[in-house]
Amino acid sequence: MLNPDLDSIQLLPEEYERYSRHLILPEVGLAGQKRLKAASVLCVGTGGLGSPLALYLAAAGIGRIGLVDFDVVDASNLQRQIIHGTSWIGKPKVASAQHRLLELNPFLQVDIHETALTSENALTIAQDYDLIIDGTDNFPTRYLVNDTCVLLGKPNVYGSIFRFEGQATVFNHQEGPCYRCLYPEPPPPGLVPSCAEGGVLGILPGVIGVIQATEAVKIILGDAPTLSGRLLLYDAWAMKFRELKLRKNPECPICGPNPTITALIDYQEFCGIPAQPEAPPTLQEGTVQELQQRLQQGNIVLIDVRNPHEYEIAHIPGSTLVPLGDIEQGLGIENVRELAQNGEVWVHCKSGMRSSKALQLLAEKGIQGTNVKGGILAWSDQIDPTVPRY
Amino acid sequence: MVKVIIPTPLRRYTGNQEALELEGTTIGEVLAQLTQYGDLKKHLYTAEGTLRNFVNVYLNDEDIRHLQKDQTPVQPSDIVSIVPSIAGGR
Repeated sequence: MLNPDLDSIQLLPEEYERYSRHLILPEVGLAGQKRLKAASVLCVGTGGLGSPLALYLAAAGIGRIGLVDFDVVDASNLQRQIIHGTSWIGKPKVASAQHRLLELNPFLQVDIHETALTSENALTIAQDYDLIIDGTDNFPTRYLVNDTCVLLGKPNVYGSIFRFEGQATVFNHQEGPCYRCLYPEPPPPGLVPSCAEGGVLGILPGVIGVIQATEAVKIILGDAPTLSGRLLLYDAWAMKFRELKLRKNPECPICGPNPTITALIDYQEFCGIPAQPEAPPTLQEGTVQELQQRLQQGNIVLIDVRNPHEYEIAHIPGSTLVPLGDIEQGLGIENVRELAQNGEVWVHCKSGMRSSKALQLLAEKGIQGTNVKGGILAWSDQIDPTVPRY
Repeated sequence: MVKVIIPTPLRRYTGNQEALELEGTTIGEVLAQLTQYGDLKKHLYTAEGTLRNFVNVYLNDEDIRHLQKDQTPVQPSDIVSIVPSIAGGR
C-alpha cells in the first residue's frame, strides 16, 4: 500500500544490511525503505521494458511485484530482455522472471499472472496493486492499461520504444494527464511497425525501463517530483534527452470531467483491428514446398520484399530484392512489373505479413502473385536449415 | 528558417534526416512545406486538414493544441517537434 502506517512495518536484520545504501540516503531512509516494502507494483509485460525495470524494483525492495505475461522466452528476446537467461528458452516468461527476481532478492513476494491482460481480467488483476507499469508492446494493451488505471485511480508509469527512440512519463498521477490526453487515438494498424518488424536497439528498453522503475520508486517514496505532466523523449542514436509539456485534456473521454468511457471497452476494435483477421479474398498462397518445386522448374519470379539488410542476413537463392518500402512508394511496383515478364510472381518476406501487404498493393496496380506462406522462416524450417533464422 | 525535428518512424520520408530547416511564420505555414517530402504530410494531417489524433506537434515544449494550433506564430529560433505515438516495449 502507499502511505502505510510505518510503525506496523519492520525490516529484518538482513534487510537492513541489504538496503544500507538506501537507508543512509536521507531521501529514502528507514521510512522510505518501509514504504517500498509495503508497496506493490504490477509490471505488465516482462519483455524489453519489463526486464530491467522489474530487476531494479526487486533490488530496491518493493515488497510485492506482480508480473503479467502470456509469452514464452525466445532466443531473439535475449538481446534485450535481460531478466531471462538462455536456459529458460521455451519456458514461460513469468516463471523465468519470478525465478530471477527471487534469486536477486528473496525478501520479496513475486506474484505471477500467466495470461494476456484483457478487458475481462485487467480490473481484477490490477486492483490488488498500488501502481501499474506499462511495459507492453502494442496499442490495444496500452489503451487497456491506461483505462484500467484511470478507472481504478492508480498511477500508470509509461514507457515505449521504437528503434532508437523512447518515450517515458507518468500518467494518471495526482490529477495529472492520462495516455488518452496525450494521444486520443491510436494510429491505424500497420502504420507504425512493431519492434519485431522495425528492430530495436537492445539497450534502449534498458534506459527507458530503468526510467520507469525510477519513477515508480519515487511515487512510492512520495515527495519527489515525477514525470507527471512531462513527456521525456530519448534518442539513443543522437544521445539526446528532451522534455515536452503534457497537459490534461479537458475533453478527455476517460479522465475529463464528463467521461464517456466508464468501463473497459473492446481495445482491438478501438484500435481498428478486426476480431477475425480476414485474408484478402484475392490473396493466393503457396507453401515453401510448392515454392521449391516451382523454383526448380524455373518458371517463376521470386520477389523478396524485406529490407536490404535482412537480405544480407539470409535469403532464398534465386530471389530478387524489392523492399516493401519501394513498393509502397510506387517505384518498386514498376520494378516488379518488369520482372513479371519472366514468369509468374511469387512474393515472400520474413513470415508472410509484409509479402501479403505487398501483394495487395501490387494487385491494386494489376499485378497478381502468390504469397509464400510463412516466409523465409518456413523455408529455413522446412526446406533449407542452413538459411539462418533471425 | 525554423528547425523541425523528425521522429524516427517518419525519417524514411526525409532521406533519414533527423531535422529539417523550413520557412514560415506560423506552424501551419511551416508544416505545409512538408508536402515536398512525399507522404510525410499525410501522416500528420487528415484529408480534411486536421492534425491526426496519434501525432502531436510541439512548438518548443508546448503542444500546439494548447496554443493556437496551426495559427501558432513561430520565430526563427523556435524548434518544432513532431511526436507520433509509438507502442514498442518488448
